[in-house]
This record gives sequence, C-alpha cells and structure tokens, in this order.
Amino acid sequence: MGHTATRRHRSVRPWGADRERWRPRAALRGLAGVLILLLGWEVVVRAGAVPADYLPPPSVVFPQLVDMLVDPAFLLAVVATVLSWAIALALAVGIAVPAGLALASVHWLRVASGTVVEFLRPIPAVALVPLLVVSIGGGPTTKISLAVFAGLWPILFNTIYAFAEIEPLQVDTAKVFGAGRLRVLTRVALPSVAPFVLTGVRLSAAIGLAVVISAEMLTGAGGGIGQFILAAASGATRMDRVLAGVVVAGVLGYVINAVLERVHRRYFGWQS
Amino acid sequence: MSTMLELARLSHVYGGDHAAIAELSFTVDTGELACIVGPSGCGKSTLLRAIAGLLAPTNGSVFLHGRPVRGVPDDLAVVFQDYSRSLFPWLTVQSNVEFPLRGRVGRTERQDRARFALAQVGLAGAAHKHPQQLSGGMQQRVALARALAYRPSLLLLDEPFASVDAQTRFELEDLLLRVHAEQGTTMLLVTHDIDESVYLGDRVLVLSGSPARVLADLTVDLPRTRDQITTRESEPFVELRSEVARLLRGTPIPVAF
Repeated sequence: MGHTATRRHRSVRPWGADRERWRPRAALRGLAGVLILLLGWEVVVRAGAVPADYLPPPSVVFPQLVDMLVDPAFLLAVVATVLSWAIALALAVGIAVPAGLALASVHWLRVASGTVVEFLRPIPAVALVPLLVVSIGGGPTTKISLAVFAGLWPILFNTIYAFAEIEPLQVDTAKVFGAGRLRVLTRVALPSVAPFVLTGVRLSAAIGLAVVISAEMLTGAGGGIGQFILAAASGATRMDRVLAGVVVAGVLGYVINAVLERVHRRYFGWQS
Repeated sequence: MSTMLELARLSHVYGGDHAAIAELSFTVDTGELACIVGPSGCGKSTLLRAIAGLLAPTNGSVFLHGRPVRGVPDDLAVVFQDYSRSLFPWLTVQSNVEFPLRGRVGRTERQDRARFALAQVGLAGAAHKHPQQLSGGMQQRVALARALAYRPSLLLLDEPFASVDAQTRFELEDLLLRVHAEQGTTMLLVTHDIDESVYLGDRVLVLSGSPARVLADLTVDLPRTRDQITTRESEPFVELRSEVARLLRGTPIPVAF
C-alpha cells in the first residue's frame, strides 16, 4: 500500500488516502469520453444518418433539459422518483438485513425457506406489475413494493454470505478476551459483515432505481420520471423531452452509485 | 513457587474416535516460561484450546490458580499463530490493543496501557495504522502487545512465530524473552520447532504424536539471559535439542513414560 505517513490525520482514513485523492488527469479523461460521445451523437444526427425527430441532437436536448430543470412539474417528478426509490431502499434494508441475519444463524430456517427463495428470486420485478396494479392500484405503493421486492435479494444474499465468512479466529480471539455473545455480535460480527451488506445495498440501489422508473412507465400513474418520459413520448412525440428525462435518470443513477462508493471507501477501505 | 496451571489427566476425543490428546498431566509454575514441543498435528492446538476454555475436553480437568476452568478464564490471553486472521482489520493498531480492555478499565487507563504495550513491542509509531498495513512480524507484535496490555496471569502462545521469516522470528523470540524477564508473566508456548522450544523455555515438555502424551519434561539448564548466536552454539543447548529430537523421532507411539 502506498500510503504516506504525512497523511496520517485522525480524520483521514489512511487506506483511502490513495484512492480518495482528486486526480485531475483521470477526471479529465472521463470527461473527454463523455464529450466524444456527445460529439458523435451530434455529428450522426446532423449528417442525417438518423432523423432528428427520432433522435434529437445534444444541441436540442440540453437546452430542453435546462428548461425542464426549472419546471416545477418536472422537478416534482424527479422528487417523486427519488423519494420512492429511497423509501424502497430503506424498506429493503430493513427487511433483508434482519432476515439475512436470521437465515444465516438458524439452519432449519434457511433450509425451510430455501425453495421459496430460489423460486421468488428469479422473478423479474416488472413482471409483477399487472398483479400489483390490480391488487393495490397504480399509485406509489406499487412502484415502492416492486423496488423492495427486487432490491431484497442482493442485500439478503450478501448478508447471509457475510455471516458465513466471519473469521472464526477473530471470534475465538474476542472470546479469549472475555467477550460474551452480545459483544461478539456487536464488536466482531457486525463490523465484519457491514462491508458486504453495503455492497448488497449498492446493487439494490441501482436495481431499485431501474425498477421504480420502469414501474412508473408501465403503470403510467404515480408520477415520477418514468411517467414523465412516457407522457413525453406519447401524443405529440417530444423526443427531446424524452431524452432529457433519460439523461436525468442516468445522472441520478450515477450520483447514487458514486455516493455509496464513497461511503464504502470511507468506512470499509480496510476490507481490501 | 506456586502452581499457576495444572492439567489433570486431560483427554480430548473428536467425533467419538479421533483422540487428539490422551491423559495429559503437568503443571506450570507461576512466572515460568514453559514450552510444549511436539510433531505437527499432534493435538497441541487442541490442548491450548482446552486450557483457554474454548473447547470442553472429553475427560480430565484444567485448573488455573487451583480453580477448575469452565468457560474462558478471566485472566488468560492467547497469541495465535495466524496473526493476520486474529487481528481485527477494521480497527487501528491502537484499538486492536485496547480491544480486550474495553468495558474493563476506564478510557484513559485503557489508552495508556495500550500505548505502553505497543512501546514494549517497539510499535509506538504504528498506533494509528491498520494491521494490514504492517508486515507479518509487526502484526504478530501487535497481537503480542494486545495480550500484554490485558496483563493476563497466564499467556498462551500457539506457534506464535511459525508464520514469520527466520530473521523476524529471532527478533520476536528475543522480544518475548525480554517481556518475560520484565513482566514475569507465566507463559505456555506451543511450537513444533525444537530449537525454539529449547531457546525460549525454562522447561520443555515433549509431546508424542497423536494422541498427544507427555514423553518427557525437561528442565532447560541454560543461563536465563540468552543469545541467538552464543546460546544456540553452546554445548548444553546442542545436547538438549538433540535429546528432544531423539525423543520426537524415536517414539511415534510411546511405550512407557
């Protein structure tokens, strides 16, 4: 590890020092990639390779995006999506972590639930849209339920896996130094599993956003970016608005992942 | 000298038929550094786990301060061979050393004792690092400091230097001797290295192969102050190590003892 002694402040986690450092070169390269993509898009459309009605160029989409970002109706849609996503993620964590803990520690429970879990897990969440629309309607409850359903699995499986991976020697060490069950749980088990759980949360966060927006689109109700994109695409087809909505959804996903990645590095950098 | 540890006909059988240790009886006096040497896989670790209360032996008993051991005793520490899996990677070196003291002594004392123990093993400057940023030898020093900060009556060491290179091993052996001289902690060290057992011990208990029995209980008649070069080439050292080697080679199954 190439950590430097001079960066050993208490607030700076030494393991993260390397990767957390702002690297202008890498950032510049990343930005160059984006610019090349946008430029290519612009050129392809201008050259007439695709009709501008179907695929408006960035020079049309981005001014439209700027307009939308000051439009209260659109902002409300963004808030609706983010809020549904956040509630769904919180619920998924709240259900999957205790469930994972229970399944990891109680053998017969894991055996008993095995078949059900293996049956439920591969079901694509959006396949349940009609069922939920009929049973609980098209409101926010539907998209939140779907995102919870889809987001449960990564957290659940990572939690179970993490508990199996707890180092027995660390448990023995704690016991030798007089730790009881509770202390072993709080001081050894939880710190060991936390990074794995967070990895599950990151996966669920990405899946959850996709499911929320898909559900908004499929139900055409309950607001959100998905419904906004659907509305822009139907009637007087406004592809510029559709694409601007897509860009916003993409940026949301990027920001969510970046934040969680930072949290991971900040607190669980020791794991590498 | 008073007796710190007593084993009375201690036996352990795994899974009904695999006997790891058989009727082991010996005592360790207060302040003594006793080494147990035996072939690999002879049940040495089982023995230490039974003494540490991590494993309930099938038969016989362990007495610490004359009281039978049930569960993990309060004033006992263990240094395991596998330091990298025994330290907590999410804690700094300082917090690792403080770990056993949490909930036992106040914050200030805890920090002081940890700092003192780290200084003792020569790691005062590494307190804010994380274990995985240190070399293997340094990690094992942290594990040793953690055990020392706890100030146990009995310190068990399970092949503590088996996973470090030869040079580091010599350093750590001398460190252990220095700490023993300074602190007078009773130590029971398990090793498969004959030279190490003679070099470190006041006494060497030679165990047979599985199931482990005591083949011999040898007093190490060397000056207490030892030196990696002169001690190892001295006649008593060479004689004793040969005797241990003969014992270990000659009797895979002990006839009588």
